[in-house]
Amino acid sequence: MTETLAVPYAATPRRATDAIRAFGVACLARGEVEVKQFFRSKDAVVFTLALPMVLLALLASIFSHDIPGTGVPYSQVYTTGLLAGGVASTSFLNLAVAIAGERENGGLKRLAGTPMPRTAYFVGKAMVVLVTCTMEVAVLLVFGHFAYGVALPASLGRWWTFVWVTLLGATSMSLLGIALSSLPRSSRSAAPVANLPLLVLEFISGVFVPFTSLSPGLYGFAGAFPLRWMAEGYRAALLPSYFQRVELGHHWDETAMALVMAAWLVVGLLLSARTFRWTGRGER
Amino acid sequence: MASELVIEAQGLGKSYGRTVALDGLDLSMSRGEVLSLLGPNGAGKTTTVEILEGYRRRDSGHALVLGEDPERAGASWRAKRGVVLQSCEDVVELTVWECVRHFARFYPSPADPSEVIERVGLSAKAGSRIRSLSGGQRRRLDVALGIIGQPELVFLDEPTTGFDPEARRQFWDVVRELAKVGTSVLLTTHYLDEAEALADRVAVINHGRVVATGPPAELGNRLNAPARVSWSGPDGRLSKETHEPTALVRELEGAFGGEVPGLTVTRPTLEDVYLGLIGHEADAKEEQ
Repeated sequence: MTETLAVPYAATPRRATDAIRAFGVACLARGEVEVKQFFRSKDAVVFTLALPMVLLALLASIFSHDIPGTGVPYSQVYTTGLLAGGVASTSFLNLAVAIAGERENGGLKRLAGTPMPRTAYFVGKAMVVLVTCTMEVAVLLVFGHFAYGVALPASLGRWWTFVWVTLLGATSMSLLGIALSSLPRSSRSAAPVANLPLLVLEFISGVFVPFTSLSPGLYGFAGAFPLRWMAEGYRAALLPSYFQRVELGHHWDETAMALVMAAWLVVGLLLSARTFRWTGRGER
Repeated sequence: MASELVIEAQGLGKSYGRTVALDGLDLSMSRGEVLSLLGPNGAGKTTTVEILEGYRRRDSGHALVLGEDPERAGASWRAKRGVVLQSCEDVVELTVWECVRHFARFYPSPADPSEVIERVGLSAKAGSRIRSLSGGQRRRLDVALGIIGQPELVFLDEPTTGFDPEARRQFWDVVRELAKVGTSVLLTTHYLDEAEALADRVAVINHGRVVATGPPAELGNRLNAPARVSWSGPDGRLSKETHEPTALVRELEGAFGGEVPGLTVTRPTLEDVYLGLIGHEADAKEEQ
């Protein structure tokens, strides 16, 4: 069953304000339940937040020296990559797996049977992604800062870059996760199906491997996808300006970042709107 | 108002690939009625219900549910009908009360969550996580979520599958309570005793069509079927099928000079009629 994302609340309201109010109530209800469910799965909370910290600790202990001739520790560079990877996991991977599960266990079908405005479901997902991404990013920054001396963004302008890269990156990756959730045949296969493209992107986008050791062809190819630009955005927020020289375009290209992420946001939105199903595979 | 139809379906057709699930099914249901769909697995019960609920598209035919085509109806229509699904495993980290209140917030005029929890007999579990509920308790929660919006029409798809006998009886009381306040209930079930206990009318579905419909006591002209009169004679058990059991009993009374030992008078049970209906249909198909 193909449904469009936005079905307006059509309870023949006497006033438009009633409809807007009902929509707001439904959105808040979804957000509350999503966030509550996340925090009540204590093991998921702990491991989601611990993963990037553990990775940073590992990478920082393997590469414990400064980048030659800069006085900047390798951990500073790795933090930028792990921020991008962490945001991609909490948005893209988590949503793809969670939605595939709700589609299989009938949760989506039940919601679709209520008068809930369909958009409210996605607003709820956006809220939980916002909360988890914010926590993930904050925990990594604080941990890196105090454990490995990672420097925080040095100016208000850099903080601004940090914030919009996080928001735009998380949004576009979320929509791609929603689109991908229709692909796996069952909830069990959702994680492997979502992990393969994500891991490939992480390796060619400079998340785990410094992008300077990738071939320009491969790294250029990664430029077609949002993750590389998220990583570049975090470098623009966290690294000293003279690091720009080693970038492919010899500078941090905020216009390209915004354009590529926004383009994938639109692609994800269109794909989700066309492919999203409220019932499981095989139900017609 | 008594004859107002909440469901009107004519000639519903649906195929999955080369398998015909519905083959011109007609069904209607009056407001306030409890209608039970009976039929073997694969007869088309679930397909019928899902088309009427708005979950599935039909290939052909007409359908009006609460005056609207379920394929096109919007949120206001969804608020007027409640759906109790066959199985749900989501939101296990919420408590029963949180979950019911959550769904209440989608409806324009919901019932009080605590009162609905009471009605399905889950008050003692209101503060427990859904993860900790038994299968029967989860089904009762499913029912609570189906009726929280105070629907005019409720769809119950095999609601008591997997229940123990006591839980089934409790569940029947919930359905009777719904019927008492005027809610129309469409119930599919495997259990003939359930249909007999709850339904004002049953519709037997086989091979994607309704093959018989009527009150459970009258289905298949059950009341006019020959009765079997049995008694204990001097040489053991005797029995006779007759259209006039009263006359036969009177005759026996005369012959025994009073009380007839071991007397029983039986008509075909709902099960006999049902098995006859679906068996007969199967034979007719083979002959074609």
